[in-house]
Amino acid sequence: MKITRRGFIQTAGIATAAGMIGAPYIALGASKKVVVVGGGTAGATAAKYIRLADPTADVTLIEANSNYYTCYMSNEVLGGERSMDSIKFGYTGLGKHGVKVVHAKVTGIDAKARVVKTSSGGTYGYDRCIVAPGIDFRWDKIEGYDAKVAETIPHAWKAGSQTATLRKQLEDMKDGGTVVIAAPPNPFRCPPGPYERASQIAMYLKHHKPKSKVMIFDPKPKFSKQGLFTGAWKKMYGYETDNAMIEWHGQQEEAGVVKVNANNNSIVTAFGDEIKADVLNVIPPQKAGAIAFEAGLTNDSGWCPVDLGTFESTIHPNIHVIGDASIATGMPKSGYSGNSQAKVVAAAIVAMMNGHEPGTPSYVNTCYSIAGKDYGFSVAAVYRLAEDRSKITSVSGGLTPGDASPETFKREVLYAHSWFNNITHDIFG
Amino acid sequence: MAYKMLTKAALVAGLAVSAAFSVSAADKPKLMMGADAAMLANTCAGCHGTGGNSMGPAAPSIAGLSPTYFNETMAGFASGEIPSTIMGRIAKGYTEDEIGAMAKFYSGKKFMKAKQDFDPALADKGAKLHDKYCEKCHADGGQSAEDDAGVLAGQWTPYVNWTLADYKAGDREATKKMKKKLSELLEREGSDGVIALLNFYASQQK
Repeated sequence: MKITRRGFIQTAGIATAAGMIGAPYIALGASKKVVVVGGGTAGATAAKYIRLADPTADVTLIEANSNYYTCYMSNEVLGGERSMDSIKFGYTGLGKHGVKVVHAKVTGIDAKARVVKTSSGGTYGYDRCIVAPGIDFRWDKIEGYDAKVAETIPHAWKAGSQTATLRKQLEDMKDGGTVVIAAPPNPFRCPPGPYERASQIAMYLKHHKPKSKVMIFDPKPKFSKQGLFTGAWKKMYGYETDNAMIEWHGQQEEAGVVKVNANNNSIVTAFGDEIKADVLNVIPPQKAGAIAFEAGLTNDSGWCPVDLGTFESTIHPNIHVIGDASIATGMPKSGYSGNSQAKVVAAAIVAMMNGHEPGTPSYVNTCYSIAGKDYGFSVAAVYRLAEDRSKITSVSGGLTPGDASPETFKREVLYAHSWFNNITHDIFG
Repeated sequence: MAYKMLTKAALVAGLAVSAAFSVSAADKPKLMMGADAAMLANTCAGCHGTGGNSMGPAAPSIAGLSPTYFNETMAGFASGEIPSTIMGRIAKGYTEDEIGAMAKFYSGKKFMKAKQDFDPALADKGAKLHDKYCEKCHADGGQSAEDDAGVLAGQWTPYVNWTLADYKAGDREATKKMKKKLSELLEREGSDGVIALLNFYASQQK
C-alpha cells in the first residue's frame, strides 16, 4: 500500500478512527527498524540524525567501504594544498551514536518484503529504508572510456584512489604540459566542481610548472558560479590572455568530449577536434548509483523520483532516496544538499515511526569554492517546500558578489575550511 | 540602544523577508512555512557545527548565545546593517518567528570553548586589557552571554578578529559604549592591544 504524505493527511482521521489499521507507519509500539544503504554524506547524516532524534530507533547503515573520502575539498588535494588523510573518514563516530554499521555491498532491495540483501548473504528487514548511493557513471556516453580506462585516465569524481592517481600524474607532468578536463553535462554531482578543480590545478601549475595550462572541454552553454570563476581566473591565471593558464571551451554543445583515445591520451570533441593531453581528467555523464537501478527506484532520467517533503520514493513506498541520486527538484547535487535532505528525511521518518505526521521541512545549501590563494567564494540558499510539493523553492541566497573586496574572498577561504570541518563532523563525528 | 537597534533592524529584515516571499509569490507556488525549531536550527550545523559548536578555524560557535543577541545579529545580517560574507544572503530566508525559534534552540545549547593556539604572555597582557576595556559588558572574562553580549572567550579567533576589524573600519556599528571603549583601546594600545585581547580569548579553553 502506497501512502504519500498527502494521502496521510486525507486518511489520517479515518485511520485513527479505524484503530490505525492499514497504515503501516502509524502502528504505535511497532519496531522502528531503519536500514540505510550507503554511508556517504547523505546516508551517514540520516543514520546519525535518526538516532539523535529517537534513541529507540534501530538503525543499521550498510556501506561497502570501510572509509569514505569526501569529494568536496578533494580538489585541494589535487592542488597540493591538502592531504588525502584529511578527506578520509571512518564510521566509529556513527557507532558511538548507536548506529549499527555493516560493511558489505548491497545487492538488492525487496521493496515488497522490505528486506535489504548484501553480497555476503546478509538480509536486513526494515520499516523504513533510506537509499543514498550517490552517483554512477554513464560509461556508454564517451567512446573509449570505461571503468577500466578510468584507472589510468581518472575521473576522480568519487574521491579516493583516483584522486591520488590524478595528483600523482600532475606531479609527474613536465613543465609546459597540458591538463585536459572533460566536464560533464547537467545534471551532475557538484556543479562548480570541475571549475574549482581547474582553478586548483592552475594554482599548483602557476607555482611549480608555470608554462603549463589547463583546458576544459564542456558540453554546457554556461556553468555554476561562472562569473566568479572567470573573474578569479582573470585575476590569477591570465584568463582570456595569450598566456592563459585556464581555457574554457564551451558554449556550444559540440565542445563536449565524445571520445577518449587511451593509447595517445587524447580526447575528441563532438566538433571532431582531437586534443592531446599530458594529464587527462574525464568526468563522465552521470546517473544514480547502481543500487538505485537494481532496486527499481529510478525513472527514465536515470535518477530517483521522490516526494520532496519526505524523500519517499514515488515508485516504492517505505524507501526514501536522498543525496545526489534523488531528484530533489530545486536543489543542486551537493554535499550540503545531501546533508540537509538527510535531516529532513530523518525528522520525517522519526515522526512517522512514532505515529505523527511528518513536520514542515526546511532546507539549506551552502557551497564554497576555492579558486586560489586567499580566494574563496560561495553560493547559498535557504529553501521551503512548495505547498503543492512540486518544488524545493529557494527563498533567499545567492552568490558572493563578483566585486567583493579581497578581504571577503580571503575570509571565505577560512569559512570554506570551517564548513568542511563542521559538515564532516556533523556527518561522521 | 540595543532595543532601538533591534527594532530598526528587525523592521528592515521584516521587509526584506516579505520582499523575498512576495517575489516568490508572484512566480512560484505558495510555500510550506512553520518548520519546528530543530528542523530550522539543524540546517545551520553544516557551517556552525552540530548543536552550534564550531570545529573552526573561523566560523563562530553559536551555541549558548543569548536569544536577543542571536535575534539582533540575524536581523542585522538580513538588513545589511551587520556586514557578512554569507549570512546576509542566508538570514533573509527566515521570518522573525523562525529566527526566534532558532535563537531559543541555540541558547539552550552549551557553548564549548574552542581549542586553538595562543601565546601565554600575550594572553596575560590581554587579560588586563579585557578587564579595563571589555569586562563591564562582556562579563566573566568574555565568557558570559548575559546582558545579551557576544561570547568572546573560547570563540574562534579569526571571527573575533574580523568582527573587531569591521567595528574599527566603521563597517559595523558598535553601541556608543563599545565605540568609546574600542577607540580608547586602539588609541592607547594600538593593534598590539587587539592581538593581546585575541590571545586572551583564545587562551580560555576550559
